[in-house]
Amino acid sequence: MANKKFKGTSSYVATDDLMMAVNAAVTLERPILIKGEPGTGKTQLAIEVARALDRPLHEWHIKSTTKAQQGLYDYDAVARLRDSQLGDDRVHNIANYIVRGKIWEAFASDEKPVLLIDEIDKADIEFPNDLLLELDRMEFYVYETKRLVKARHRPIIIITSNNEKELPDAFLRRCFFHYIKFPDKETMHRIVDVHFPNLKKTLLREALEAFYKIRDVPGLKKKPSTSELLDWIKLLLAEDIPPEALRSEDSRNAVPPLYGALLKNEQDVHLFEQLVFLDRRMHTR
Amino acid sequence: MLTKFFFMLREGGLKPSITELLTLLEAMRSGVAQQNVDDFYYLARSCLVKDESKFDRFDKIFAAHFDGIEEGFKALVAEVPEEWLRQQAELVLSEEERAEIEALGGFEKLMEALRERLEEQEGRHEGGNKWIGTAGTSPFGAYGYNPEGVRIGQQGSRHRRAIKVWDRREYRNLDDKLELGTRNIKIALRRLRKFAREGAADQLDLEDTIDKTARNAGILDIRMVPERHNAIKVLLCLDIGGSMDDHVRICAEMFSAAKSEFKHLEYFYFHNFVYESMWKDNRRRHTERIPTTEIAHKYGPDYKLVFVGDATMSPYEIVYAGGSVEHWNEEPGAAWIKRLLNTYPKAIWLNPEPEHRWEYTPSIKLTRELMGDRMYPLTISGLDEGIKRLQ
Repeated sequence: MANKKFKGTSSYVATDDLMMAVNAAVTLERPILIKGEPGTGKTQLAIEVARALDRPLHEWHIKSTTKAQQGLYDYDAVARLRDSQLGDDRVHNIANYIVRGKIWEAFASDEKPVLLIDEIDKADIEFPNDLLLELDRMEFYVYETKRLVKARHRPIIIITSNNEKELPDAFLRRCFFHYIKFPDKETMHRIVDVHFPNLKKTLLREALEAFYKIRDVPGLKKKPSTSELLDWIKLLLAEDIPPEALRSEDSRNAVPPLYGALLKNEQDVHLFEQLVFLDRRMHTR
Repeated sequence: MLTKFFFMLREGGLKPSITELLTLLEAMRSGVAQQNVDDFYYLARSCLVKDESKFDRFDKIFAAHFDGIEEGFKALVAEVPEEWLRQQAELVLSEEERAEIEALGGFEKLMEALRERLEEQEGRHEGGNKWIGTAGTSPFGAYGYNPEGVRIGQQGSRHRRAIKVWDRREYRNLDDKLELGTRNIKIALRRLRKFAREGAADQLDLEDTIDKTARNAGILDIRMVPERHNAIKVLLCLDIGGSMDDHVRICAEMFSAAKSEFKHLEYFYFHNFVYESMWKDNRRRHTERIPTTEIAHKYGPDYKLVFVGDATMSPYEIVYAGGSVEHWNEEPGAAWIKRLLNTYPKAIWLNPEPEHRWEYTPSIKLTRELMGDRMYPLTISGLDEGIKRLQ
């Protein structure tokens, strides 16, 4: 089958550079590493790629305690020990106690799957190194059963990182890399359009205006991101707030309504209120 | 054509590998980029650059190569004299080059030629190339070193620095790999690890299980323990700006190594010496300062305190109130460092200045006394000793 190209979907706006990176990774069957600010749709990308290319999706979410081995398989020795105590017949076949991990599942898939390794930077620093060979050759060895597991179809591997830890060079060399930069106003317009097709033009414009103004406030601990903007607009729509209320020139209404959806940090909210207060005083004088 | 581009990237301070180049060529052969410069640009960036803080540099090199503007590339090189120098030095070091050097009239002559070339580039730069770096988020980006970022607003010290670094590198660092690599630092810092069991019990405690099972007349009694974690907590205070410009790279490496090594690592910046406040973000060092007392209250005495600084300054900056070069300090720096040392019994000072120069710099002697002799050079062995002291 000819390789389908990823061009974004009806619910996901992909920029040209993102499309190029994804298509290159899909064509060459190499992993792609996605970095970017939180909330710019890194995880969503894998879901949308799977949808657009019509592939099954396997998700592996990494935590600080996750080990590379867990993605391959787990040998449930405790269950075996218990079965031996109870005299279960299953105990003689060690394969009964090999539990498949997400990577194995993806390798065993009947058609070419998409494998998402989410937030790889959460794990130990050695984690990416432990997966080098598996990602390179798409095979691994199960020592307990002396069996080599090979990928039936090389999966499309999408790895996301929040940049909490540095990733080793050897790992980076094997990946394509893409940094999702924060969308500019025009792209953001398209993104919001995709999510809320019937949004009134004026409301959208005013909302974006207010949103970028808040992002520009210096000293914010966590700048609001795309996903927060979408939530906020959802709230604005639910509350049926008129676009005029978003215009900050009116000094009495300088605080955008429902800004709690945009600022998630107590200190940020406090800072923002202070700034608005100062601003209001300047105006009334 | 691409090999030339590849070497330009390497000269410009990016580090693409051969496998990455081969990946790019493979991708082009399989027709991912459809004969279009934009596509090729995205593809090349995705293959060759794995760090967003280097994108800006990549863009410049790409533009220089594909618009055929040689001048642009030279300007770029002029902006990174130190890295450029290092590249040259590495070139010089390779075996084939060595033979050529002999042919050119020996090492010294070559160094002289290099020096002249550098000065020439200084001139060209002063002739009015733009200087403001756009890459600067903080001088310590993802991989640490960001010359543009540090130098904004510091044109004055740059010239001094270029020459000084140059002088420093003349012979010593060429054949003697004294420099600390990130990997080395990581390994040294690893000694600082102290494992403790914390969190959910999710590992089988074999010994206890056998013991309890035996006591239970052979009926299995499984015992679990939490996993061992690195429980070390580190408070890192880095000197930034001024005389530390020369050591910024080494500090950045130290920082990036430390960042991934500990679970609890807090870092703060100071300038020359510790006073009543420090900061976390170099872009906002004047607006967002954190009082030193607040730091000492927030992070308990179980934190290990590590200063990284050359301690090279006027002694007045340490012992007198109002001695700071940046602001009016009510209390002398010495009082502040004593306060911090009282809070944190485990503390060391790492000094990137070579150890043999310590004797001749009064402020270093003074700082060393204040630290109770716990000052170590920023080399692998120094780091080793310092860490022993922290345990």
